[in-house]
Amino acid sequence: MFAFVLRRLAVAIPTLLLLIVFSFVLMHLAPGGPFTGERALPPQVLANLEAQYGLNDPLWLQIWNYLVSVVVHFDFGPSFVYPDRTVNQLIANGFPVTLTYGGLSFLAAVIFGVSLGVVAAIWHNSWVDYLAVGISIGAQVLPNFVMAPLLVLVFTLWYRLLPGGGWSFSDPSFWVMPVIALATSYMASIARITRSSMLEVLGSNHIRTARAKGMPEHRVIIRHALKPAMLPVISYLGPVFVSMITGSVVIDIYFSTGGIGKAFVDSALNRDYAVMMGVTILVGALTILFNLLVDVLYAWIDPKIRY
Amino acid sequence: MVIDQQKMQSLSDRLVTDEVRGRSPWADARRRFWRNRAAMLGLTILVLVVLFALLGGQFAQWSGEELDFSVMGQVAQMGQPSIANGHYFGTDNLGRDLYARVVQGTQISLMVGIVGAGIAVIVGTLYGATAGYVGGRTDQIMMRAVDILMSIPYMFVLILLLVMFGRSMSMLFLGIGLISWLDMSRIVRGQTLSLKNREFIEAARATGVSSFRIIIRHIVPNLLGVVAVYATLLVPLMILTESFISFLGLGVQEPLTSWGALISEGAGTMNYGTLWQLAFPLFFFVITLFGFFFVGDGLRDALDPKER
Repeated sequence: MFAFVLRRLAVAIPTLLLLIVFSFVLMHLAPGGPFTGERALPPQVLANLEAQYGLNDPLWLQIWNYLVSVVVHFDFGPSFVYPDRTVNQLIANGFPVTLTYGGLSFLAAVIFGVSLGVVAAIWHNSWVDYLAVGISIGAQVLPNFVMAPLLVLVFTLWYRLLPGGGWSFSDPSFWVMPVIALATSYMASIARITRSSMLEVLGSNHIRTARAKGMPEHRVIIRHALKPAMLPVISYLGPVFVSMITGSVVIDIYFSTGGIGKAFVDSALNRDYAVMMGVTILVGALTILFNLLVDVLYAWIDPKIRY
Repeated sequence: MVIDQQKMQSLSDRLVTDEVRGRSPWADARRRFWRNRAAMLGLTILVLVVLFALLGGQFAQWSGEELDFSVMGQVAQMGQPSIANGHYFGTDNLGRDLYARVVQGTQISLMVGIVGAGIAVIVGTLYGATAGYVGGRTDQIMMRAVDILMSIPYMFVLILLLVMFGRSMSMLFLGIGLISWLDMSRIVRGQTLSLKNREFIEAARATGVSSFRIIIRHIVPNLLGVVAVYATLLVPLMILTESFISFLGLGVQEPLTSWGALISEGAGTMNYGTLWQLAFPLFFFVITLFGFFFVGDGLRDALDPKER
């Protein structure tokens, strides 16, 4: 197991370094710099600014400096557009918010999706199954940017139950709509995956054996069917996690929650490359880390995996 | 007792031809597909949406770019959907005809979906088939590269690309195409691995056919089923990606529009009582996604008898 984790890390770390170098080179190639504004700066000022940010160094040295500051010091440097703020501050402001509603919607999607799928598989071809399948098909075409306006329309504009935007760590009524908007379509996918894998497991030999020896049905399902049926769901958790972070872009814009997605879109519209890169690298690191966790979890649950 | 000679003749004809023709797996799959009611519903929806995109512009009374000054400033009262003034779907908050804009948005979104899936089909199939057929170290390197690309947060990189190199349709296509082929190449590689040791490939190799020709002439045609299913399911994903980016205002630019941009506009103005601006684009978006999902699932069920 330890060797397996090490081997996965041996791939994960170069990937991350590659992502950093790639986004840095991309930034370097992009036409227009952070200081090309509507009014051209005086050449002397421009030269001083470029010297200040080390933009006159050869490319390899810039990459190296950036790599060292990111990897060793966890320092993404100052924002190009707001020189009084560092990228780290922007991320530190937004990240707890994103993590809160992202984590909650992840849990919601997994819990409701798995329950829906299991229930549908147990009562296969009954009205319960049809209802669950109907819900999951309907929810699949409602991505976060469709759910967000619909929820605001119903709960804020029509019934005035929930605040239409903003964020507060102490008041959960601000959390409800972001979580539902993010979770809905992934809940649907998880339900579909769970249902089909549960159906396959329920038709397999070891379940027939368990039933034949007189085990009560709920024990058959909980002890023998659930664990193997969860394997495809687990391998889908990586993409779901990534989508929660990506979806935060929409949530932050639409609900003004002020998470990390807001920092990203603002910087995209301002051409604040330092912030864009910082967020991309952070999200990349999280993605790689989470995929690693999922792989380890998978290998731990499934005894057939050789590692 | 009179025997209807003609009927007997047609029966024997049919028996003979049936015996000769047999039933290919493709014919079987087609039959299953036509019988699948959800898939047929999806196909009907898609045909109607495509017709709407192609011919809908003919019925528009207004172009999507001119402003109707008679409704401007009082869109909530005057800009409602009406046959009388030619705004079938109403107008947007600037007084532009929503019908014409929805037609245009449908064209753009469908095009993005189909081009994205097309790139995935071409690049992903060739890449996956090559990796699978060549095997060994080449295969390992090629698939490791795919692993690495998969672990990049592509939506962020796509936005990075769009911002840094300017927002244009070609950049959008390139960006979406860059990421869409990864899954396809994995699936195709898996299929190729199971194909490449079959007798007919061995026969081709024994008669001295070059690797490139084996891949193009013998491997790829046998992958068509999987590729077709996956491509159908990929189109809605591409449409979703594009809509996501356009919703953020980073995708297609005015005066061009797409479903995502229209939904975003509608969502921004629904507070003023102009709900039709959200409802019409959303309706087309949702039914098209339904259509593609139904057709994709139907194709998969039809081509994979085990599933039934």
